[in-house]
Amino acid sequence: MPARAQSFDIRQSVGRSVLGAASHTGRFSFFLADAFRGLPEVRIWWPRMLIEAWNIGIGSLLIVILISAFAGAVTALQTGYQFTGSIPYYVVGTLVVSSIILELGPVLTALILSGRIGARYAAELGTMRVTEQIDALESLGRSPASHLVLPRVIAGFIMIPALTVFANLSGVAAGWLSVKAVLPVTDADFVYGAQYYYRPFDAYYSLIKAFFFAGAITTISCYMGFNTQQGAEGVGKSTTTAVVASSVLILVLDVVITRILLNQ
Amino acid sequence: MISLRGVTKRFGTQTVLNGVDFEVQEGETVALLGPSGTGKSVLLKHIIGLIKPDSGSIVVDGKDVSHLDRKELAEFRQSIGYVFQNGALFDSDNVFENVRLGIVDESKFKDLDYATERVTQCIKLVNLQPDVVLQKYPAELSGGMRKRVGIARAIAGSPKYLLYDEPTSGLDPVNADIIDGLVKRLDEELGVTSVMVTHDVRGAFRVADRLALLSEGKIVMQGTPQEFLESKNAKVQEFLERDFDNPSFAA
Repeated sequence: MPARAQSFDIRQSVGRSVLGAASHTGRFSFFLADAFRGLPEVRIWWPRMLIEAWNIGIGSLLIVILISAFAGAVTALQTGYQFTGSIPYYVVGTLVVSSIILELGPVLTALILSGRIGARYAAELGTMRVTEQIDALESLGRSPASHLVLPRVIAGFIMIPALTVFANLSGVAAGWLSVKAVLPVTDADFVYGAQYYYRPFDAYYSLIKAFFFAGAITTISCYMGFNTQQGAEGVGKSTTTAVVASSVLILVLDVVITRILLNQ
Repeated sequence: MISLRGVTKRFGTQTVLNGVDFEVQEGETVALLGPSGTGKSVLLKHIIGLIKPDSGSIVVDGKDVSHLDRKELAEFRQSIGYVFQNGALFDSDNVFENVRLGIVDESKFKDLDYATERVTQCIKLVNLQPDVVLQKYPAELSGGMRKRVGIARAIAGSPKYLLYDEPTSGLDPVNADIIDGLVKRLDEELGVTSVMVTHDVRGAFRVADRLALLSEGKIVMQGTPQEFLESKNAKVQEFLERDFDNPSFAA
């Protein structure tokens, strides 16, 4: 009997999860459709978008530069540790620049911002939901999508790729300085190596990834905030879910985009 | 005119509204009474289309609210002012911007001179001093002031209907009396049709032309305050006895 009861519970649990996932997929689609419908209302979302863009950009710039610089430095130092002398020194420039621009810059920036911006958006909108501020907007015949969602999503699409550029620059600069401390690499060697395997597409690839990551962070966190339930506990739950879900999606997108754009 | 017929709403396994019939005539003020958690606010949100019923119809001015599309619903909501339980003011906007958002006509909303004049007028109507509160943020206001700003926002668009969700809950008796007086005065001065959700029986008797009691998902009685006092319905008597040791006090 206990075994039968257990299998019944598992079926119920799986069924509930499948229904939950289907329900989220449906609601997320409607949420995105609502947001798209708000696009023509430029007069409403434009001024709010500028404020959000300022908050995201200026507020996150220092932490993004700092973390990317440390990542660049560690990449360079580990490269130095693994060098045995059989490979030309200029290769270190290739390794640092490629690692930062192709992977570490966009992914680390996105993961930092999923915590910083994603949590903020989910908590802000979640609090607005539980304090009926979103209902109040609707009751005034105004669209929550153009007042609340679009300014945040569009600001993310603009500022997250821009922050990724700063992350790439600081990561490469920190890597360059660090590698000179552990290996006898000249500036000319580093620049030669950096340019040797560099293709202009690498920079576009970095920005394409940042653009998709921006979409994942902003839409998921706004969606979770919008669907918050049950007071303060619900706000906490939405915030956690937003950060976890957007972080996982960033890693999944990283693999998918790399497979599509770099391994054809 | 507001007319609800057979409105049923379930959340999960819980039936909150179970075939509710409820009617409000033009120009009258109806207080919707009932203990906490009986679905009074849920019923009010059905009227403005914030919640859709599982079955039944909600007709306001001949329009079936639950069948309006997005654009029609946004237009319909411009004829209704909704006062939320805790004000629901926008935290990031000051009082001026909060009340200005209540001006639903876009051309008037964009006209800063008109908006300033209208916001000032509405703030004065709810007995607040514009020069003191207009630049303040919701967090800087007391509970009573927040409710009054919420009322000012609801009337800023000159609505035909006003829906109040527990306008006096959480207030001390003095402030509750002030809000009740304000609701009555606004109803008389603006000539609006109002529905006030409350569990404050004394306030309801003071303000409303008619009362309705919601219990266990159904309207158990609708009538004038006098009809309520004379009612032999056990649920009505039980509810009134909570607030009136001596029912003649209310009369």
